[in-house]
Amino acid sequence: MGKVVLMQGNEACVEGALAAGMRLYAGYPITPSTEIAELSALRLPQVGGKFIQMEDEIASIACAIGASVAGVKSMTATSGPGFSLKQENLGYAVLAEIPLVVVDVQRMGPSTGMPTSPSQGDMMMARWGTHGDHPVIAICPSSVKEVYDLTVRAFNLSEKYRTPVLLMMDEIIGHLREGMELPEPGSLKIVDRPTVNHPDSKRLPYRMKPGQLVPAMAPFGKGQRYNITGLIHDESGFPTNSTDEAEAMMSRLMHKISDNYDDIKDVVTENLEDADIAIFCYGGTYRAAKTAMEVAREKGYKVGIFRPRTVWPFPEEELREASKKLKRIIVAEHNYGQMLLEVQRVAGRDCEIGFVGKWNGGVNKPIRILERIEEG
Amino acid sequence: MSRQELRLAGSGGQGVILATVILAEAAIISGKHTAQSQSYGPEARGGSCKAETLISDEPIGFTKVQNPTFLMALTQKSLDDYGPKVDENCLVLIDSALEVPEDMPAAKVIKLPILETARTEVGRLQTANIVAVGCINGFLNITDAASMEKAVMMHIPKGTEKLNMKALELGKGLAEKWLEENGK
Repeated sequence: MGKVVLMQGNEACVEGALAAGMRLYAGYPITPSTEIAELSALRLPQVGGKFIQMEDEIASIACAIGASVAGVKSMTATSGPGFSLKQENLGYAVLAEIPLVVVDVQRMGPSTGMPTSPSQGDMMMARWGTHGDHPVIAICPSSVKEVYDLTVRAFNLSEKYRTPVLLMMDEIIGHLREGMELPEPGSLKIVDRPTVNHPDSKRLPYRMKPGQLVPAMAPFGKGQRYNITGLIHDESGFPTNSTDEAEAMMSRLMHKISDNYDDIKDVVTENLEDADIAIFCYGGTYRAAKTAMEVAREKGYKVGIFRPRTVWPFPEEELREASKKLKRIIVAEHNYGQMLLEVQRVAGRDCEIGFVGKWNGGVNKPIRILERIEEG
Repeated sequence: MSRQELRLAGSGGQGVILATVILAEAAIISGKHTAQSQSYGPEARGGSCKAETLISDEPIGFTKVQNPTFLMALTQKSLDDYGPKVDENCLVLIDSALEVPEDMPAAKVIKLPILETARTEVGRLQTANIVAVGCINGFLNITDAASMEKAVMMHIPKGTEKLNMKALELGKGLAEKWLEENGK
């Protein structure tokens, strides 16, 4: 067993990122994510990496994208207002297929909102914030240990599928300190992007070889010259207006995620075996839901928990299957009802859907979830 | 007691958050489960600040205090805000300069000169949070004296070790003296 240390969620994000191989952090400080920048500034130089405080949020994600193109695992972190600003470049990274981890430690919005208050109000922005059809991988941790583990997973998925991965934290978990068992050195599975380098060749940088999930990536600055653009491009990396080529590119972009759903999905369930009520929750809200479930079970209610850790792509198959055996699903989240819409869409025909939201900067408490369970 | 819910309140800059971090660290050193969190406004100094540490033998679900078993207040405003919210089983530690609000339940209230001790005996008001940590461990026995020293040392700036160890010791002394005088 590894050593148990007291760690903050934001700190665990940095340590997980370093363990996954992050060697560049570019960011602009914003509450409640600032500790991620602070600790990155301290830790990256110790491992030969670089920390850069950029002039703003847009430049921060641009810098991280640039570093990743050069072959360095990169991360940027922010909160709602900064996440809004990063959306354009996020789309660029999706289309240009650049591995990247973007952390959003969610706070109460809209706009600058309540900077130190918890929220999960950016869940739909994570899905649809950048324009155009695009696939998204978004992950939500519920404990300090999970922040560490899922940051590693975020990097691994990002490298494997050459796509930005969103680590959707919230103030509750970002600012929580609790005991965390450090993994044994060498026990983590680390994934690196497939790379290739032909200094003189006319290799097509976006051509897939048979059996590849994504085209191998040539690190910029190592010899091979090629074009990267946010325009729809062909296998050469240069823009195209051909509808056939556009369709092929979009199809590949969508399918690299949807065809690998089983690898990307991550759902944790508790006590669903005999449950007729399930609490659907994710991130920091899980902690209140868990306590509510325990109290409700003591009172004789058959309550379980359905908790996606990969929130996007939405765990449709798992939720649909679970909903067939349930009478009621109570969605608990720190917003006015965002993932609620997805739960209604997927499970609304098979069971009754209840909601416990929170949108005043306060914390969703177990008692509110318990009351909804007892309402019957 | 298998679960303690500690709430510390004061003014931003008094080191209330750090005090709860040190208490959480002490809990970890003692092999217990803990959850530490805080709430504060956007300002770094002068606003209201509330920080919490849960300590339990069992893994912790909900990470916030629901019904405090211990409250410390270092300013009148924080006592007025959080005092009335405790029940009669809560142990309340307040600075001697404060007055107990009328609408506070009949909780056990202990008044100790935390700020004065830091200012005059340690010689630096900024060590009030460490004096408080010493007091709190004296009353709640979160961990042994050596482990508490270790927890403090892990979280203070270099060069302040002597000062903070003195503050911790004086805080512990305040609690011991109170317990002796009150026959506990």
